[in-house]
Amino acid sequence: MLKKLLTRLKKFIFEVDQLSRFSVRMILSLFGRPIYLAETMEQMYLIGIGSLFLITLTGIFAGQGMALQFSMELADFGSKNYLGRIMVLAIVRELGPTLTALMVAARVAAGITAEIGSMKSSNQLDALLAFGIDPIRKLAAPRLIALVVMVPTLTVACDFIALMGGWVIALFISHISTTTYFSAVNARLTFGNVFIGLLKPFIFAFIIAFVSCYKGFTTSGGTKGVGRSTTESVVISSITILIVNFIITKVVFTFLKGYL
Amino acid sequence: MIRLERVTFGYGAEPVLRDVSFRIAPGESRVIMGPSGSGKSTILRLILGLDYPWSGHVYVDGRDISSMKFKELQQIRKRIGMVFQDGALFDSMTIGENVGYYLFEHSRLRENEIEQEARQMLQFVDLDQDILDRLPEELSGGMRRRVAIARALLSTRPKLMLFDEPTTGLDPQATQNVLALINKLKEVEQISVIIVTHQIADAFKLADKFVVINQGRVVFDGDFEQLRTCETPEVVEFLTPFRNSIGEVVKRHFI
Repeated sequence: MLKKLLTRLKKFIFEVDQLSRFSVRMILSLFGRPIYLAETMEQMYLIGIGSLFLITLTGIFAGQGMALQFSMELADFGSKNYLGRIMVLAIVRELGPTLTALMVAARVAAGITAEIGSMKSSNQLDALLAFGIDPIRKLAAPRLIALVVMVPTLTVACDFIALMGGWVIALFISHISTTTYFSAVNARLTFGNVFIGLLKPFIFAFIIAFVSCYKGFTTSGGTKGVGRSTTESVVISSITILIVNFIITKVVFTFLKGYL
Repeated sequence: MIRLERVTFGYGAEPVLRDVSFRIAPGESRVIMGPSGSGKSTILRLILGLDYPWSGHVYVDGRDISSMKFKELQQIRKRIGMVFQDGALFDSMTIGENVGYYLFEHSRLRENEIEQEARQMLQFVDLDQDILDRLPEELSGGMRRRVAIARALLSTRPKLMLFDEPTTGLDPQATQNVLALINKLKEVEQISVIIVTHQIADAFKLADKFVVINQGRVVFDGDFEQLRTCETPEVVEFLTPFRNSIGEVVKRHFI
């Protein structure tokens, strides 16, 4: 039992070490030439525009669900006019970044791992090397840039849509006026809240890029291996996002409480 | 041109290759034979620097690549053409994009000029130019293999080409086409080739010198006549099922 546990621990430490080294290589590949601009733009389109519908749906229903719950609870205390404030805290600080990142992890991380993993198992990555092309610079760097640009952008979109979803509930179900709702929203859209709401997706983007590319590049075992890597990529990205989300929240509450 | 010196390498804890040494002079061609899993393809990966040996040295054009940095290695790789076992064509690109890929990445040629080069290369490998816009999945195995050869040739006009099981999984007609193409490269283009195969009948049509690998060790390195008369048990055991092919070669060359 203890031996099994030790073996697992060793394997975990080895994986973390490999992932860290790979992440450093990915970051280094952002500097120097060649720069694959066309690939980067294509990835931005695929990740950004491709995920927009999913993020819209997520934003609308998450926002409406939250608003419905909060407004009923706040009504008991006669404070439903504060709905906008609570919505900003819940959406901008927590749910917007987390839900967006989880959706992108589910959709994009799976795609990245499957694509690179298939290339690995059919020797296409070796073919790139044989042509004198660095596969990390060619495949991983454009995806990293695209994620770092698009995940915060999608988060802003998700936040906006969720707040609008909340407004619909406020107006038609909770009977809170538009002015009341939006002035409450405006009151809590402080620098600190917006900062934390943008810092999180920025960090989540790195997590998704590192994990999905690493899992793709280390795929082995043919088609079955691609499936396994894809699943692991989504699971590891999602869990890491949730853990890191908590850590960021804790760190921000400890050190930047005055700005919130 | 290529020299392996006491190379040992493996993927897990167990070595796949043990103390492998042989050399291939400029202009020479060599077939590396051996049963499946004996480490033949690994030798090609080591020559291309896709893997680093655990111990020993791999020399390409007199330079030891086993301790080279990534960027230096990239320069060496550009001088060698490699045709992978299944062609390893980029499946999301058209045939034209595949064949002209190296030029897209490394030259300043315009798109139409690259397309022109790709067309010529397809003609060289006896493929219709109208497949230029098709995807690899739309081609047969033999055609894909020839596209892979065209892609490798158009890359740097290499003086050395490595072939990993070039005829495996092909029907007899496609096999003949690929073999003819490899011979054309050797004879017309004066390109040295190293071919890994376990198809003995094909091996004799491709080279005059052979290396036989068994369980990661070189058990034979020599020409056809030496191979035919070799009494090393591993070589005899490996060649026994192919006595007819050997007989045919003897008839063709010696009678």
